[in-house]
Amino acid sequence: MNLSPSKHAALAALLAAATLAGCSKKEAPPAAEPHAAAPAPAKTGEPLKAGFIYVGPVGDAGWTFAHDKGRREAEAKMGGKVVTTFVEKVPEGPDAERVLRDLVAQGNKLIFATSFGFMDAVTKVAKDNPDVKFEHATGYRTADNLRVYEAKFYEGAYLAGILAGQMTKSNVLGFVGSFPIPEVLRNINAFTLGAQSVNPKITTKVVWVSAWFDPPRETEAAQSLLDQGADVLLQNTDSSAVLQAAERAGKYAFGWDSDMSAVAPKAHLGSCALDWSGYYVKSFNDVLNGTWKPEVTKWGVKEGAVDLVKVASFAPAEARKKVDAARQGLKAGTLAVFTGPIVDNTGKEVLAKGVVADDAWKGAVNFYVKGVEGKVPAGK
Amino acid sequence: MIHLEARQSPSRLMGLLSPVLALALTVAIGAAIFFALGKDPGRALAVFLLEPFHGARALAELGLKATPLILCSLGLALCFRSNVWNIGAEGQFLFGAIAGGGLALWITTAGVPMSGPLFLPLLLVAGAAGGAAWAAVVALLRDRFHANEILVSLMLVYVANLFLSWLVFGPWKDPNGFNFPQTVQFASVTEVPRLFRGMRINAGFPLALVAAVAMWLFMSRTYRGMQLQVGGPAPLAARYAGFSSRAAIWTTLLVSGALAGVAGAVEVAGPMGQLTPHVSMGYGFTAIIVAFVGRLHPLGCILSSLLLSAFLIGGELAQTRVGLPSALAGVFQGVLLLSLLGCDVLVQHRLRWRSAP
Repeated sequence: MNLSPSKHAALAALLAAATLAGCSKKEAPPAAEPHAAAPAPAKTGEPLKAGFIYVGPVGDAGWTFAHDKGRREAEAKMGGKVVTTFVEKVPEGPDAERVLRDLVAQGNKLIFATSFGFMDAVTKVAKDNPDVKFEHATGYRTADNLRVYEAKFYEGAYLAGILAGQMTKSNVLGFVGSFPIPEVLRNINAFTLGAQSVNPKITTKVVWVSAWFDPPRETEAAQSLLDQGADVLLQNTDSSAVLQAAERAGKYAFGWDSDMSAVAPKAHLGSCALDWSGYYVKSFNDVLNGTWKPEVTKWGVKEGAVDLVKVASFAPAEARKKVDAARQGLKAGTLAVFTGPIVDNTGKEVLAKGVVADDAWKGAVNFYVKGVEGKVPAGK
Repeated sequence: MIHLEARQSPSRLMGLLSPVLALALTVAIGAAIFFALGKDPGRALAVFLLEPFHGARALAELGLKATPLILCSLGLALCFRSNVWNIGAEGQFLFGAIAGGGLALWITTAGVPMSGPLFLPLLLVAGAAGGAAWAAVVALLRDRFHANEILVSLMLVYVANLFLSWLVFGPWKDPNGFNFPQTVQFASVTEVPRLFRGMRINAGFPLALVAAVAMWLFMSRTYRGMQLQVGGPAPLAARYAGFSSRAAIWTTLLVSGALAGVAGAVEVAGPMGQLTPHVSMGYGFTAIIVAFVGRLHPLGCILSSLLLSAFLIGGELAQTRVGLPSALAGVFQGVLLLSLLGCDVLVQHRLRWRSAP
């Protein structure tokens, strides 16, 4: 590259001019300063403005796609009483704070941070803006104007496991994991427990890819599981790469986050799909009615937030019937995925006989249940 | 067949105008894209190019975002000018973050008595040492075994990433954090001092500016700086003149590693306040582009860091204000870089049609 000083000077002058032009018309007071608590926005008759930040692109067919679908459907159901905006592909970290503050400055009174890694940012911004309500998906910190919500995704994984346990020929299942956090470990365990409920010989192999969305690595991980004899795969990552790998190999797999049946018609046994629209409608109404309060919401099959959808029509009727029975049990509250006795894969009892796991237990899962091979990475 | 042919005497005026032309081209192509997407091109361009500079808060955010880019790109500019192809600033950034974050974590958890004015220098030293140590691995392998520094420095990025993951998933994990991969929040005494109340821009920004001026003086006014830059493009001439290429490898890698490390430490003890697996947004890689857009000149690096930060922020603003997809920010960046490089090439060269031999 040529480095003539004159060009630096020109570039410098240009940018300096641009910067100065910006400076000269500023002097807006910093919006980050705490405001006095404003009256509830619902009384004015103007629509409620709600903002969403997403970690991925809205078209990823995965986690972000499911949230965005929920946003669109919920907004449509509110019939003009709510107007939403969103920002996609916001990196987890300090950038989120800037985006959240900007959404506040744009007049949004209800803001959803839809990924765990936004926790620190949303906590800080919520503290500075007591008149705005914040909701954080899959987090654990609450405040007067910050509450958390999540889906019992493991119920979907459990239903998938029931089908997998009946479809497998090798009795070996495969799981492509993102990060070994409790949420993902719960899904691996639930998938295995579901399969073992219909087929006690089941073992599960796990490969970690250290990413939520990385199709090439997901493909490699799926291939390595297939090579090790797994013939039904599930993943806690957001692309359809695992399904496609199973399709090519003539094996089975599931969709994750949303209906992925179109991607792999022969391999697709069902999709563990999320439906956030119900929760978003509730949340909009809570703010509009002035009944919003900080709480922890965990919705599952019962509330319609999680389900195994598009169960393959080629699966035997008997197998599908068992999935339906478990779904009914979860809906009626007669079935809980984590009910003792549960033994981890070192033989230690982690939940006593007859005990139904509480939120604290589920939040601290740091082990594989019996039948899952290997060790949790960096687990203590 | 089209051939590129060096111009006998490239126009000085066009050389001056090249970046202006590139920006004009970018604006024109951008406007066309916005128009094709059915958006008001004027409004969209204003959001993209002006809004990130509009208001004190916006400028503060811009400075915050640009700080790690300036620090990383300065070191890279020195490396590239000296013909040392360090593309692992990302890894050196992460090691600075680990060292600085480790220090802050230790002070937080061990309850070490500390004061802010004392902590900042310690943090900078820790960050610089961490980054330089990681770069020293590259220098050692290149110097002793003639390992290709492009590959080594790149590979070490992934090692650094996995090491950070291991720390926050393992020994440094917050015991009360529900098993999530992150450290505790650092004590407030370890926060890099902010410049203005209520804004996130911190002491890292003036520090980066000082570093840029120092680098400029080093490159243009010192014998050592001249040696490095001569040795880069003309190693034989340098050896003839008695300049050591080994010294050049060590100096440039250690300096750029230290700068990237400081960037990492300031980021972790600044806007983050804890270690997580997502410490860097790819600053070390973006800094490569920044360094070239800044024409490998320290002061140019400041401006190009601000420009690329503005594009990133403008991309966010365009989503909420004009409803444009986030991918457009990337397209915009790409168009600018391509125009800039294209204009440069065409100022120096001319296109010639020639039949294939």
